[in-house]
Amino acid sequence: MKKDLLLGNEAVARGLYEAGVRVVSSYPGTPSTEITEAAAKYDELYCEWAPNEKVAMEVASGAAIGGARSFCAMKHVGLNVAADPLFTMSYIGVNAGMVIGVADDPGMHSSQNEQDSRNYAKAAKLPMLEPSDSRECRDFTKLAYQLSEEYDTPVILRLTTRVAHSRSIVDFQERADLPLREYKKDIPKNVMLPAFARPKHVKVEERTEKLIQWAQGSDINQFEDNGAKVGVIAAGTVYQYAKEALGGSVNYLKLGMVYPLPEQLIRDFAKNLEKLYVIEELDDFIETHCLKLGIPVIGKSLFPKCGEYSQKTIRALVLGEEKQSVSLDSDLPMRPPVMCSGCPHRGLFYALKKERVFVSGDIGCYTLGASAPLSAMDTCICMGASVSALHGYNKARGAEAEKSAVAVIGDSTFMHTGLSSLVDIAYNRSNSVTIILDNSITGMTGHQQNPTTGYTIKGDPTSAVDLEALCRAVGISRVTVVDPYDLKAVTRVLREELAAEEPSVIISRRPCALLKYVEAKPALRVEAERCIGCRACMGIGCPSISFRDKKAVIDANQCVGCGVCEGLCPKKAIVGGVE
Amino acid sequence: MMETKSLLIVGVGGQGTLLGSRIMGKAMMAEGYDVKVSEVHGMSQRGGSVITYVRYGGKVYSPVIEAGEADVIVAFEQLEAARYLSFLKPGGSIVLGVQRIDPMPVITGSTAYPEGLSGSIREKGVKVLELDALSLAEKAGSSKAVNVVLIGAAAKLTDINKEVWLDAVKECVPLKFLELNMKAFALGYGD
Repeated sequence: MKKDLLLGNEAVARGLYEAGVRVVSSYPGTPSTEITEAAAKYDELYCEWAPNEKVAMEVASGAAIGGARSFCAMKHVGLNVAADPLFTMSYIGVNAGMVIGVADDPGMHSSQNEQDSRNYAKAAKLPMLEPSDSRECRDFTKLAYQLSEEYDTPVILRLTTRVAHSRSIVDFQERADLPLREYKKDIPKNVMLPAFARPKHVKVEERTEKLIQWAQGSDINQFEDNGAKVGVIAAGTVYQYAKEALGGSVNYLKLGMVYPLPEQLIRDFAKNLEKLYVIEELDDFIETHCLKLGIPVIGKSLFPKCGEYSQKTIRALVLGEEKQSVSLDSDLPMRPPVMCSGCPHRGLFYALKKERVFVSGDIGCYTLGASAPLSAMDTCICMGASVSALHGYNKARGAEAEKSAVAVIGDSTFMHTGLSSLVDIAYNRSNSVTIILDNSITGMTGHQQNPTTGYTIKGDPTSAVDLEALCRAVGISRVTVVDPYDLKAVTRVLREELAAEEPSVIISRRPCALLKYVEAKPALRVEAERCIGCRACMGIGCPSISFRDKKAVIDANQCVGCGVCEGLCPKKAIVGGVE
Repeated sequence: MMETKSLLIVGVGGQGTLLGSRIMGKAMMAEGYDVKVSEVHGMSQRGGSVITYVRYGGKVYSPVIEAGEADVIVAFEQLEAARYLSFLKPGGSIVLGVQRIDPMPVITGSTAYPEGLSGSIREKGVKVLELDALSLAEKAGSSKAVNVVLIGAAAKLTDINKEVWLDAVKECVPLKFLELNMKAFALGYGD
């Protein structure tokens, strides 16, 4: 059978295919995005991008009730959005299996917080599996469906960035040919009114007890006896780090199911050990369980609660060893991420900076507007918060604030949860200015379609949300569209809308410069003899422009000819075409 | 069992380091090794400093490489080579693309791009294989093939034979750019 080097995320998708899953609905979010992208490549799976994670989980819930194995994926913060259906689906259970993929981001490679989703499994009383490499991603995905159907429960599959975005070898297996299960109307099971939910809660508690028994005997939790007096309990990628650092010098209890945790198995493992480490990134989840069992362990008293671990962490803290290495003695300049050359957000943020307005920010590529030299952002909380937080800011600070504050939100983020916030502005009347940065794609996560783009995840044409009409429909009568490459127009519209005595929406519209259909214009160049080295062009923070020998220089390999810098030059030294 | 070897690919988001690590991983898998490749997605891809880990051997556990563990660093850019130098094992080598891409703090003038990095790295006793990958890529037909040029150069440092590498390139690049990439690989490999 074929084998391939798959990302953990691609391996989960392979698992969905092999498990006979029929319906997948997700919202993109790093590091979970590629699961659904890879799943969409299998014709047998219906896949979609939902507007947000709550919708995605509800679609998967309906599909599972309807008799099809279903799946939804999200990043850790997406699970917050979907927490409402999560807790009640725990009571309802399933007809065909339902699995929820959630990817945590220890170290915050691409996230706004570092929450530990294992706490959700405990809070919602749902079983959670955690694979440690790509093959386990596939295997655990399939196992999750068996558990889901056997124990009548959704199952959470938890990944972390290092598992989701690492490749390892996976051998392919056949797809299970599963018929659609019969749907039978069952009001006490599927309608969560108090009278029906009360007995379900009792069942959920009983289910957890049964799962603890299952965890005791399943080979998903592995006991590796190396005859040592020191033991390590770990799960996921941290197990791999421990193996790398400590090899065969300790005994291991590798947990594949992180909720519910086994009891007797841990007692058996701890017996005869002189020292027992619980090594886990983020919260003291397994450690707390051990302490509750009365088993003394070394956990967060030694290991950090923040950030990502590696073999280095374990080597240093357990063995007190460090690898020899060389390094340069000098301090090197940092290289933070930046908006790309030709990014349509740049012009808009430059105008916001010049107008010195309060900018209520949101989640997307444009959060980079907070970075120097633009530094044009005041807050960024979570998906959709820019619009509602602006409304709150304006209600708190009154009319003066309304004249100098805006919200910025991308097209996909607006569809995610920004729309209901705009309804609040319209309904509760603040003179707030909402700027929708419509770059015709979901950018930061790597170009996913969304309800405004007119295409589905599989690339098929579909209806597209008419943003102008939508904003008018909720009660905003001032809706203006501008091209963010046109700095003069952006500034003029911004001033007009800030001055207006009613709420308004500005749609800053231009497709992402990295989209395949967007053709780059010829690179611009600086006529050195006219350049006076005033650095005016550098204020926009374009990665194509650098400063050499007291003159601005444009890198022809990077420049896409957007022209935003042209208008900033007092000497008209930036010109089109090649020399 | 063969000890695990570690290769680090570093560069600037957008330079194509991910394709580079995929080619490497495929070649190592074809050679019968256990392989793990760890990638960076999301925010850092936007022109930030990016690092990709490639590990192969009899049985690979951790997908990441830490300070003092890399046998080879393939650097797509000078400043990034310097930044991740501490990941190199004593006695390790660097394949150094001499391209210079100014990071934003240099562009805004808050700091300067360090001069003479290649020399400073050599002074630390590191074996440096320096090449102008951008010019070679342009010679192959596109500045975008910098990644394949550098993978070609790094391939020479492994004990995997050239045919296996070429098959891996074939598997990873679109058909319409195959010839260009084969040329780029050959220029990096040095024949």
